[in-house]
Amino acid sequence: MKEFHQARWPEPVIFEIGSQDRVGYSFPALNESLRSTIADQYPMPSRLRREVDPDLPELSEVEVMRHFIRLSQMNFGVNNGFYPLGSCTMKYNPKINDAIASLDEVHWIHPYQPEDTLQGMLEVMYKLALWLAEITGMSKFSLQPAAGANGEFTGTLMIRAYHKLNGELEQRREIIIPDSAHGTNPASASMAGFDVVTVPTDEDGCVDLEALKEAVSSRTAGLMLTNPNTLGIFENKILEIEKIVHEAGGLLYYDGANLNAILGKTRPGDMGFDIVHLNLHKTFSTPHGGGGPGSGPVGVKEHLEDFLPVPLVEFDGKHYYLNYKVPHTIGRIKGFYGNFEVIIRAFAYILTMGAEGLKKAAEISVLNANYLASKLSRIRGFDIPYGRGKPKKHEFVLSCSRLKSETGISAREVSKRMLDYGVHAPTIYFPSIVKEALMIEPTETEPIEEIDKFAEILASISRESYEDPEKILKAPHNTSVGRVDEVKASHPRTLCLSWRMFKKRFKKTK
Amino acid sequence: MFTRYLPNDTKEVRKRLKKAMDVKDVEELFSDIPEEIRLTKTLNIPGPLSELEVKREVEKILKRNRTVKDLVCFLGAGVWPHYVPAVVDEISSRSEFLTSYTPYQPEISQGILQALFEYQSMICELLDMDVANCSMYDWASSLGEAARMAARVTQRDKFLVPHYISPERLRVLNVYAEPAGINVVEIKQNLQDGQIDLEDLKEKVSRDTAGVYIENPSYLGFLIDSSEAISEIVHDAGGLFIVGVDPISLGVLRPPGSYGADIVIGEGQPLGNYMNGGGPLLGIFACKDEDYLIRQMPGRIVGMTTTQDGKDRAFCMVLQTREQHIRRHKATSNICTNEALCALRAAVYMALLGRKGFRDLGEIILSRTYYSIKKLSEIKGVRVPFFEAYHFKEFTVNFDGSSRSVQNVNRKLLEHGIIGGKPLTHEFPELGQTFLYCVTEMHTLRDIERLQSILKEILEG
Repeated sequence: MKEFHQARWPEPVIFEIGSQDRVGYSFPALNESLRSTIADQYPMPSRLRREVDPDLPELSEVEVMRHFIRLSQMNFGVNNGFYPLGSCTMKYNPKINDAIASLDEVHWIHPYQPEDTLQGMLEVMYKLALWLAEITGMSKFSLQPAAGANGEFTGTLMIRAYHKLNGELEQRREIIIPDSAHGTNPASASMAGFDVVTVPTDEDGCVDLEALKEAVSSRTAGLMLTNPNTLGIFENKILEIEKIVHEAGGLLYYDGANLNAILGKTRPGDMGFDIVHLNLHKTFSTPHGGGGPGSGPVGVKEHLEDFLPVPLVEFDGKHYYLNYKVPHTIGRIKGFYGNFEVIIRAFAYILTMGAEGLKKAAEISVLNANYLASKLSRIRGFDIPYGRGKPKKHEFVLSCSRLKSETGISAREVSKRMLDYGVHAPTIYFPSIVKEALMIEPTETEPIEEIDKFAEILASISRESYEDPEKILKAPHNTSVGRVDEVKASHPRTLCLSWRMFKKRFKKTK
Repeated sequence: MFTRYLPNDTKEVRKRLKKAMDVKDVEELFSDIPEEIRLTKTLNIPGPLSELEVKREVEKILKRNRTVKDLVCFLGAGVWPHYVPAVVDEISSRSEFLTSYTPYQPEISQGILQALFEYQSMICELLDMDVANCSMYDWASSLGEAARMAARVTQRDKFLVPHYISPERLRVLNVYAEPAGINVVEIKQNLQDGQIDLEDLKEKVSRDTAGVYIENPSYLGFLIDSSEAISEIVHDAGGLFIVGVDPISLGVLRPPGSYGADIVIGEGQPLGNYMNGGGPLLGIFACKDEDYLIRQMPGRIVGMTTTQDGKDRAFCMVLQTREQHIRRHKATSNICTNEALCALRAAVYMALLGRKGFRDLGEIILSRTYYSIKKLSEIKGVRVPFFEAYHFKEFTVNFDGSSRSVQNVNRKLLEHGIIGGKPLTHEFPELGQTFLYCVTEMHTLRDIERLQSILKEILEG
């Protein structure tokens, strides 16, 4: 198999380049006589002024450009190659959406402009909220949350506000979360002041119903569920789950990270969920930006509309406007109205795809995942432990537990060796209920040739593990750097979180 | 038509896929979805449209926005118009950065990791702090997280904030604080000069104070003159001192690290990010090099290390045991997706400006600020600024001396292509008919003179 080679620039840290008195900017000239008149008239005392210039590098524009271009070449995105990072939906991001997001009408608008000068932005937000409600079967959406976890926090705060209004918050302290859930679920529940009760997964890879029945009580505030779940399995007993939780007086929260698989096929609203968050950067194809920005809209059924964050975007038949009068609103979970530069991309994406395109996206994401799953589960040392024989949805979790016991090669090592072939590794060691987990989400935008190639890469890694594991243990070989010492990076004695810390420590050792 | 984004949606490939899995119809793969909840109708949404049609449609809608390029805009209050150098767009639109995600695999992601380390390092130099995370959602969410962090660090539950704070930011803080049992208490500020009432502060600071928060420059643009005294008061009581800043001011104004801040937060949008109607923004979050602080930090942090063979310098995410994907309900925050690309843009911006640029830019903004104050003061019935204090970039304009109503003034300005300052009447009724104005390097002296002459015409008739 041909291997890949990433750029290897011996690029210094930015503080190590440049030279005194170089600058990479130019501003309109300062009117000197005006400056001195002002300095005389309004003398700012030195105690308010910065005494020493910040110790920043001094670089010309060309040096800055080359530095960051070189860094970019030592990075890997969807536009470079296959990026099957499970639960992150790393689909291709259409360029037209970026072009639209860079229009002046997006970049150069201030959120506090009068509403009649922001009708374009408000119309986009109003319509997108309607479309998301239709896609999910919910009643109303807020586009304010900046990311999925921010949406979860919004949702758990609404659960809190709902029980508080009903006078039951003192009693309803628990949020039930399956052991296969994303880490953000328990973290968000905890941030909203709830205790987390974990329910196990059964052999089919679904919520263990008996355990759920035991877990619910008058203390139950709600349940957070991803469907299809992180094993890529559809929770087919969802209606029973819904009944159990609702009968106990809890609310159902839908983590929309995995919505991609069911677009146009089924809707969380129809499954009985009360609150939903979506990740526009996943399902609706906006770029992930090296970690963000994303957007995590939250939708609710009618009985929870009055708890949504303010302001909501409304339409009076003529004008779009911001509505701050939401009776039981939880308030705000971030400044302003939402990540508009991300929202506009999702808006364009939905227009491009339409109902038919979204449904096809779901179908092909599921076809691709099952196709790849069937290929990979036949490779020596690998298998798919949960939900045997069941169709997967958009993703599946491969275990190399057998490979590890037979050859000593772990999921971490498999993932490092994959990088040598110019593909990004899957999500590893998650969900934790699968030993030596490799969570794989090919998405609908991957051509079959790339999927086949990925299967060949894994087959080759399997052979290597049994025949000549040395090379894998030292992988990756072809990335900009070799295996990174992550333990040292977090060790208190060698921890280095800024150039300033580095200089302090360097001086000490000198 | 869908094969453009769905390359496997050809008859041939679909057949191959289905055959390999031994299914006749793709529906078989959805057979585990109960009949009752299968969607039988077609979703009622527009599309599909061609690229040309999408572009036309979205552009048509967006044309209903009026931009600050068509209008002269004097709004700030948390998002400010600043020039964005072309290099910033070039770098942040590089596919390798734009289409990557959180660098879970450091070996293939050194580019974004090093860039984020450099962001952390440069923002630390500006703030005079040691450690920064690689972004929060925005200033408001940084404040919410800072209050929670202060409560965790001190095991106390009272958090003091100034009276003159953005009401939106305060609202976010309250939403973050309430479930954690944190009690947010307001500190008085003098109506005359805006300064923190130190007597009131001393009275309110106690053994249950987790932290005291101030903003410098304040929400209303004036500078806090007693930051060292405040720092001493809170530290004497064993609480943390938290300061919120606009980083663009720190070429000319004292950095919070120099007057005792334990945690510094702020809005990084001015550093090479557009206003975007209010998002995405860039939440700054930094602290001193103290283990008890670092361990409680929210968000991703990138560290510098080496490869395992010790030969090369390398970067990776560190201290992940604080985070949700490892620590789950015990994590320091639930944040996962952040604003990394905005931080990258800020890194490029800070690198371009460098040691001298922030001072140069700060001087330009200061000079514009005082030129505006001077010019607007010449109008009869106008008091600028409301507070007798030094100001940076933003300042209050009070019209109590005029007979015109507040709403009218802004409407009339708009007729002349000017967006006036933000009305504060509802936010702070004690200030009367006051507006918050903002000037940056984007405003020319001519813009300021025009504002003056039109305001004069409106108010003096």
